[in-house]
Amino acid sequence: MPYVEMPKLSDTMAEGTVVKWRKATGDAVKAGDVLAEIETDKAVMELEAFESGTLREIYVAEGGKARIGEKLALLLGANESVPQADDLAVSQKATAAPSTHEISPQPSVAAAGANDAPSPTRAATGTSQLPTSGRVKASPLARKIARAKGVDLNTLKGSGPGGRIVARDVESARPVPAAASPPEIPPLPAGLGDRRIPLSGMRKIIAERLLASKRQIPHFYLNIEVDAGELVRLRTQLNEHLEKSGQSKLTFNDFILKAVVGAATKVPRVNAAFAGDAVIEYGDVHLSVAVAVEEGLVTPVIRQAQKKSLREISETVKDLATRARTKKLKPEEYQGGTLTVSNLGSYGVDSFLAVINPPQAVILAIGAIVKKPVVNARDEIVIAHRLAIGLSADHRVVDGAVGAQYLAELRQLLENPAWMLF
Amino acid sequence: MSYDLIVIGGGPAGYVGAIRAAQLGKRVACVEKERAGGTCLNWGCIPTKSLLRNAELFHLMKHRAEEYGFKFASLDFDWGKVIQRSRTVADKNAAGIEYLFKKNKVDYVRGEGALDRAGEVTVKLADGQTRKLAAPKILLATGVVSRPLPGFPFNGTTVIGSREALVLASQPKDIIIIGAGAIGVEFAYFFNAFGTKVTLVEMMPNILPLEDTEASQALEKAFVRQGIKVLTGTKVVKAETGAGGVTITVEGNQVETLSAGLCLVAIGVQPLMPGGASLKLTPRGYLETDARYQTSLPGVYAAGDIIGPPLLAHTASYEAIQAVEGMFTQHVPKKVELFPSCTYSQPQVASVGLTERAAKEKGLKFRVGKFPFSASGKARAVGEVDGFVKLLFGEPHGELLGAHIVGAEATEMIAELGLALTLEATHEEIEASIHAHPTLSEAVHEATGQAFGTAIHL
Repeated sequence: MPYVEMPKLSDTMAEGTVVKWRKATGDAVKAGDVLAEIETDKAVMELEAFESGTLREIYVAEGGKARIGEKLALLLGANESVPQADDLAVSQKATAAPSTHEISPQPSVAAAGANDAPSPTRAATGTSQLPTSGRVKASPLARKIARAKGVDLNTLKGSGPGGRIVARDVESARPVPAAASPPEIPPLPAGLGDRRIPLSGMRKIIAERLLASKRQIPHFYLNIEVDAGELVRLRTQLNEHLEKSGQSKLTFNDFILKAVVGAATKVPRVNAAFAGDAVIEYGDVHLSVAVAVEEGLVTPVIRQAQKKSLREISETVKDLATRARTKKLKPEEYQGGTLTVSNLGSYGVDSFLAVINPPQAVILAIGAIVKKPVVNARDEIVIAHRLAIGLSADHRVVDGAVGAQYLAELRQLLENPAWMLF
Repeated sequence: MSYDLIVIGGGPAGYVGAIRAAQLGKRVACVEKERAGGTCLNWGCIPTKSLLRNAELFHLMKHRAEEYGFKFASLDFDWGKVIQRSRTVADKNAAGIEYLFKKNKVDYVRGEGALDRAGEVTVKLADGQTRKLAAPKILLATGVVSRPLPGFPFNGTTVIGSREALVLASQPKDIIIIGAGAIGVEFAYFFNAFGTKVTLVEMMPNILPLEDTEASQALEKAFVRQGIKVLTGTKVVKAETGAGGVTITVEGNQVETLSAGLCLVAIGVQPLMPGGASLKLTPRGYLETDARYQTSLPGVYAAGDIIGPPLLAHTASYEAIQAVEGMFTQHVPKKVELFPSCTYSQPQVASVGLTERAAKEKGLKFRVGKFPFSASGKARAVGEVDGFVKLLFGEPHGELLGAHIVGAEATEMIAELGLALTLEATHEEIEASIHAHPTLSEAVHEATGQAFGTAIHL
């Protein structure tokens, strides 16, 4: 197979954009050489040649998009010849199961996180180990029906031999609305002076996943406001010390992340997912942190956050956020989160509520720390630092009382932040 | 001695179920009144295949030696040795089952098992003594026996069932076979090949009435050419035994009186119930079972022919494995859905999936691809140009719906299409698979191409 095809570089990727060709037609290529940079919905990744040869033809120009399995280039080995026209036609017909033979994405898509946080249906069948090669176990007929109906095979649970998706699984599935059907509420048509901005890969994924989240997950919401006075004092005190010794300072967000993780180990039910016929409570807290980037947002994951100190969390999140903004994250760094924090405090938002990041059960929305008049224990009106926190939960997994219990633990930590130093 | 499982019946359901349970670490007893292996191994599948091989060879030499360039002074056969070969094959296979029982530590109990109540079986041993066995689970796999024509009972001499037909002491001069299912058809081929005058009577419009009509008709044509008298759409109105044989009046297009020295009744089977507790039956008299193969008595399960059609060794084994895994593991038992059917006359007939008739009845949209072996290089080379491959593909996705093969190696070729159906393959996967040249299986590829306009050799 002399063709270089668009590989599946992330779990949710449907198509990729060729950002840059690093090799030109006629160039000699050694196995392992970087051929091109590919932008997925999540990151820009390098596409490596799997075999040595000569790059004979490029089918997708820079800036061009290709769906998974579509041909990007023709790379001929020493003894290979240009395939005949009908070979091309035949092999193009058979793009249902993308071959990732020719190319090995760098970094490899060994999505460590995919095992830890499988989507609910996958968890139920035990086929969660699949995504490494981007292959879905499905029968040829199931694939054809899925294509005709606009059903995403990744969302299905297979009932065939070995968990294979067979025709009846697809027939009983509903199409993915955002991907397959036109928008149900048509917008005003664009006129003079309006701009029509085609969806980027990331925008599409955000649209699909959040629509699915709001449609499929029964959200409910809880709000608390915690006294951040102690947190403000402790942080100021620590940062003075850190600054003197030349170390980087801690942000409020670092403390909040640490507290979110600490509380989740006390109430593990929030660190969970709905799996069709079961609820999966995860053993590790893989904390997703929403980071705004140019086109949208990504949620890099602090892995096994419950084992990390405040300082380690601080450093990890700083590194992940920097690389998220420059699109340098590896897929395993933004996949497999079990709980998400979105903090809009630095944007001056007092309080808000977020949409759950599926298949997780809970997302926390953190507002700004603001000074407010409050009534204290002695019934005096005083000025205090207050922090508003909103929790959105999947009611199939978390009930109101459990959510409240979790928020109580979170309050306990944030109002006594010194405990987080141990 | 107490067991985890007692199996009554040692046929393809019973012995397979017993061994699987033993493999799962259970203590198992298998009660068999005659010999391990059941009808399949002793009186069905295996010994008949032995006889049919003799028949094929003899028929080829008798009628086509010249075509192949063989010359011999005289061609003859020893009937006794033909039968003996078949019995030796059955004996060896039965011994193989007993070895498997030993290897898997299944207690093989020779005797007639009766179900006293849930959890308890009484075995009447060969020496007349009885033995009680107890186990929380019992699997009934007692099978079926030939069904007589009403008013025309088996007598072991002139009116026989398939079991007697396997061990006839001498070759019959002529025979009337009533019923043209797989058993009737195979015996018709066998006896005719050795020169017996055969009349095959079938009530339904076609022989092998469950097969695709085109397959049935192709076989009928071949049979007529081989000299078998085939009466379809014909029912028996009167049957009598006399001194020299039988006289049978049949009514089809016309009323006709047939006589022969021997009559093989192959109109079907009837369940062979174990003695003891009575269980709920289906309207056709088989044991009724639920989705987990449990009978109306909790703890008592059943598998194989005793729970009704399909009456095949391979489906019986499947059912027994499903039942046993359901008893002892987390496995959710499955029922037989898709299975191949094979008839081992020459030409052979094999099928899997839907017939064209069934596809029409279901109102499916489909297209048909057909390739005759007369257009196959391999078929011509080996001199077996009878028959065809016929495939049904659904619209609009082109998935395989059913496969029907008539021809020399049809029963070996059907496996590919069974796999294709299980995998839900469409025409594209069959077309994309390179079939070796020269083989009869190329006809599968070509029939697929014919359905979609890409066949090369038509």
